[in-house]
Amino acid sequence: MISFDRVTKRYPNGREALSSVTFNIHTGEMVFLTGRSGAGKSTVLKHIALLERPSRGTVLVNGKNTSTLRARHIPAFRRGIGVVFQDHKLLADRPVYDNVALPLIVAATPMKECDKRVRAALDQVGLLGKERMLPYELSVGEQQRVGIARAVISKPPLLIADEPTGNLDPDLALEVMRLFRRFSDVGVTVVVATHDLHIVREFGQREIILDNGHVQGGGGDSLPSVVATR
Amino acid sequence: MSLSVAGTRHMQALLGSVGRLSRNLFSTSLTLLVIGLALALPLALRLFVTNAEVATGGFSNAVDMSVYFKADVPLAKAQQLATDARQRAEVAEVTVISADKALDEFKTYSGFGAAIEALKENPLPHVLHVRPRADSTSSEALETLRNYFTAWPEVDIVQVDTEWVMRFNAILDVLRRILFIAAILLGAGVVAVIGNTIRLEILNRRAEIEVTKLVGGTNRFVRRPFLYTGVLYGLGGAVLAWLIVEAAVAILGQPVANLARLYGSDYLLQGPTDHDIGILLGIGTVLGWLGAWISAARHLHSIEPRA
Repeated sequence: MISFDRVTKRYPNGREALSSVTFNIHTGEMVFLTGRSGAGKSTVLKHIALLERPSRGTVLVNGKNTSTLRARHIPAFRRGIGVVFQDHKLLADRPVYDNVALPLIVAATPMKECDKRVRAALDQVGLLGKERMLPYELSVGEQQRVGIARAVISKPPLLIADEPTGNLDPDLALEVMRLFRRFSDVGVTVVVATHDLHIVREFGQREIILDNGHVQGGGGDSLPSVVATR
Repeated sequence: MSLSVAGTRHMQALLGSVGRLSRNLFSTSLTLLVIGLALALPLALRLFVTNAEVATGGFSNAVDMSVYFKADVPLAKAQQLATDARQRAEVAEVTVISADKALDEFKTYSGFGAAIEALKENPLPHVLHVRPRADSTSSEALETLRNYFTAWPEVDIVQVDTEWVMRFNAILDVLRRILFIAAILLGAGVVAVIGNTIRLEILNRRAEIEVTKLVGGTNRFVRRPFLYTGVLYGLGGAVLAWLIVEAAVAILGQPVANLARLYGSDYLLQGPTDHDIGILLGIGTVLGWLGAWISAARHLHSIEPRA
């Protein structure tokens, strides 16, 4: 599903965020991307969502080479990826319904189908009945789950999350991770960047460890592989 | 995308734009006012030109000829000659203005009523207003007609106002050219105002645009509500311009009618026609769309999602 082949990302200021990063993630796998702040976790996710392109090397996502994908094909490419952010990036002036339905609206899904899917997605994250509320009327955990509902509503084959539990207390964090694993169980490839090692151990999924732009472990595609913790 | 789904999405974009515009009523009104005034000016100029053309249709199309009789010619003789003149093929209309009637009008409208009362005799002669047929206004035809009248012993002078007509038409030409320049400049102004308004709107909604692109929104999808906003501004401004001009016409109607009466005309100020309105609304819409499109093309591409 995802393949990084000697991917190097160098920014114009000369900083090298990724140095020859190589790993493979299989379809339906759930993988944790760990490492300290600034290790390159977010940069890897940005390369998967095509928010960045590699300076050198190749990123293949769902069979598409992100370096050669034409601009007009990017929207369709992104529709195949659900993205969850630490700060959830909800539209503050739109009710929950509009936020969750956005991926369907941009894909021109018929209204009836839209209603059905929004309800189903909100049900999955336990927020049914809060469609008309505005994001600030919800708790932080609920906001995060609205972000997750938005990420999964168009049933993308790939779900990526950047520190999705960063603002949550341990119980909520576990709950959110269980939610991700349920998606993984039904065949969705899930990549979660986190520095919460407690959660990583709890779930026992494969872990790709990044340090200063280099892969320190877990980059091989042995399936599943548990990397010794540092 | 099926047609009905596309229609629904367009409707949503349109309603979203209407909603946003109505939520910021004050700034929306100010922008609309600027656009409305910019569009009202060329329309008003156009009305001025068309009104001048219509009001003076007598001068600019069929050239009037004034036949002044000698002072001692009786009215009955003048009327008899008028009847003769009406028989001629190149004559469309002959009006007899008796000396008494001319004096009455002069008394009423000149403001010299009292002074004129003091006159023992009416110093004015009888006059024929001759309007040649539209196809007999060439200089030769006019010359023939003029010779016909000057041949009468009762006639003092015959006046043909061709020079005046030429000057008048030249003035109208200048006005038309001014109208053209004003329309181009103000149209460009409308595009700039709408473009700038849309630019601010795009920057204000940067976060929304980023998220929309992130979940797979195409540039076209992101651009759509801004184009609708631009079109609404243009159309709204055009409607406002229409109202402004109609109000001006209503205010000017009475004085213009008085003025026309002073010139012996029952002319009424003409408001914009349906055709004028149609063109105004069409131009407003196109300018709004254009301003929004330019702004969107310039700014939307630079907004890409960041994580």
